[in-house]
Amino acid sequence: MLTAIAVLTGLGVVLGILLGVAAKYLSVEGNPLVKEIEDLLPGSQCGQCGFPGCGPAAEALANGKAPVTLCPPGGKAVASKLAAKLGVSVDLGEVEEKQPMVAFVNESLCIGCTRCFQQCPTDAFVGAPKHVHAVFGDICTGCGKCVEVCPTECIEMRPIQSTVQTWHWPKPAEPAKTAQSEPVT
Amino acid sequence: MMGALFKIRGGVHPDDRKHLTKDLAIEKIPMPPVLHLPLQQHIGAHAEPEVERGDKVLKGQVIARAKGMISAPVHAPTSGTILGLHSYHSPTASGLRWQTITMRPDGFDRWIRRAPPLDPLTCRPEEISRRVADCGVVGMGGATFPSAIKLNLGDRHKLEQLVINGSECEPYLTCDDRLMREKAAQVIDGARIMAHSIGVVQVIIAIEDNKPEAIAAMREAAADVPDTSVVTVPSHYPMGAEKQLIQTLTGKETPAGKLTADIGVVVHNAATALAVHDAVRHGKPLIDRVVTVSGGAVARPRNIQAPFGTPIFDLLEFCGGLKEEPEVILVGGPMMGQPIKSVHAPILKGTNGVLALTRAETASRQVMPCIRCAACVSACPMGLLPLDMAARVRKDELDSAVKIGLMDCISCGACSYVCPSNIPLVQYFNFAKGRLKAIDGEQRKQRLTRKLATLRLTRMEEQMRAKKEAFARRKAEQAEKAAQAAAAQPAAQSGAQEAVAQSGGSAETGAAEGGDRQ
Repeated sequence: MLTAIAVLTGLGVVLGILLGVAAKYLSVEGNPLVKEIEDLLPGSQCGQCGFPGCGPAAEALANGKAPVTLCPPGGKAVASKLAAKLGVSVDLGEVEEKQPMVAFVNESLCIGCTRCFQQCPTDAFVGAPKHVHAVFGDICTGCGKCVEVCPTECIEMRPIQSTVQTWHWPKPAEPAKTAQSEPVT
Repeated sequence: MMGALFKIRGGVHPDDRKHLTKDLAIEKIPMPPVLHLPLQQHIGAHAEPEVERGDKVLKGQVIARAKGMISAPVHAPTSGTILGLHSYHSPTASGLRWQTITMRPDGFDRWIRRAPPLDPLTCRPEEISRRVADCGVVGMGGATFPSAIKLNLGDRHKLEQLVINGSECEPYLTCDDRLMREKAAQVIDGARIMAHSIGVVQVIIAIEDNKPEAIAAMREAAADVPDTSVVTVPSHYPMGAEKQLIQTLTGKETPAGKLTADIGVVVHNAATALAVHDAVRHGKPLIDRVVTVSGGAVARPRNIQAPFGTPIFDLLEFCGGLKEEPEVILVGGPMMGQPIKSVHAPILKGTNGVLALTRAETASRQVMPCIRCAACVSACPMGLLPLDMAARVRKDELDSAVKIGLMDCISCGACSYVCPSNIPLVQYFNFAKGRLKAIDGEQRKQRLTRKLATLRLTRMEEQMRAKKEAFARRKAEQAEKAAQAAAAQPAAQSGAQEAVAQSGGSAETGAAEGGDRQ
């Protein structure tokens, strides 16, 4: 009887100490999921989701306070990855696949106010005060922040034109559906 | 020398329809009125233009120089005047325009001073590959990979054999067949030069058994050449795919995601061998090629030797035009060729055929649901499951399609050919591969975005800190001045407390001013 009590007490004490030590030395700072989710997001801090940047958006996602479809520039690709990461199901049909866009400066209207490149999250603008601005199309993320601040409305978003090198075959049209059954392939 | 041949998986036996052009000798097309020479006629980085509008160029002159590791120069196919560098129709399925140099031939066809002939047996292998690179030679079977890079493979791989691919397994095409019949000795010489350059002894020339005349001509030419054998391979699509050809000849299968060089074999096209012969023996850059113009809609199908940049329209005109409205015009063969959108687009280094096919020939039928007959599985030469892959691609599950071998698909089209439900299987795979490449590009851009955003953030923080520091410094200076002023006041206005209050007040004004100045 006494032995049993002693053994169980001893076990409890030893395991308790082990757990305590482990909790101290193997502790994880913050939610690792937040970091992982942030890596999936575009990282341009554009704020189109309504959060002040990709970090806070990732936190909201991890806490279940935001839908996985929150990222407009990410489109279906990011939404499906987030859904896989968070283990939730998502109706990708609802995600509007936005055509990739880049900002374009109408040079005849630009007054060189520099407001756009103060806003640009990736420094895609080139220019100086009172000089015409231009956009590096290959690093513009198409977030559209610059459009809002331009006093002369000289910035517009244009779809990225595909080139011979970037073009690829479209998805074949769906096969004809028969009345009884769904096509399998 | 060669033992028995080995069997390959799958494959199909399409009606070869080579009888339309196989007995027609190669004819030279009269110089077209304009030539359109795109900067991207090869895989890799596009060439960098060297000429300007109005420049007079000679035949063989470099008009665009190679840029980067994998690239090839473009030479003027004849003498004439450069009309400009502009955006012009590409002979691709996209039909989009790309950067093209357009020139007007002057009709004199004057050569530039050509590089002296090299003696391939005494010069170093690097000299051969440099000459091949300078002459702009690329793989002429259609892949258009710069050949010089493949000639340097011997440095990093242990190579045993060079295979010259004369199988020409695509229906309709006969350009390599004619070339091997008419220029057998030159093709063999080119093959020996390449073998010397990559450091192998054994050369195998593989020809499908539906070309008995080419086999005979090549056998005769190779009779006195040591270590060179001509092997007859069965007519079986896709025999001309390099991995399948090597497996037929050696029984060795190229592992997924590896090069054929990893199993000790390099494959070059027969037309490429001729181009190497011309480059090394005559210093002649790659400026023209043989193109098969065929198909039911063409009045008189022909094998034509045409300079690069010849508009497809001129090729068709040379063949008597179209006798009926074609359903589709393809560049390349009917199995893997690309439909073009404009007949004004030019032929390129990799254009082996131009086919104008009638509705009866394309036999396009209504797509029906999959009946899971697995005919595509039996036909796939790579041992993949096309029906399963297509189902996944259809549901946009590209990653899971990759898991079951999408990237090993060689887009040969055998699956689409056999499908009784006419499902465009290979089109699904081409779409998926293109989409995956685009996603890869997006991810690269995302990484760049992240980097730039962090850079910007740190810069903003630094600016903020610098501002704060400057502000604090000014504040301190103001305080010091005020203190000095207070100390300089006569003692009559004494009262330590008052002085402190004063200095505090002036510091505040200073701060406000400082703020304004910013």
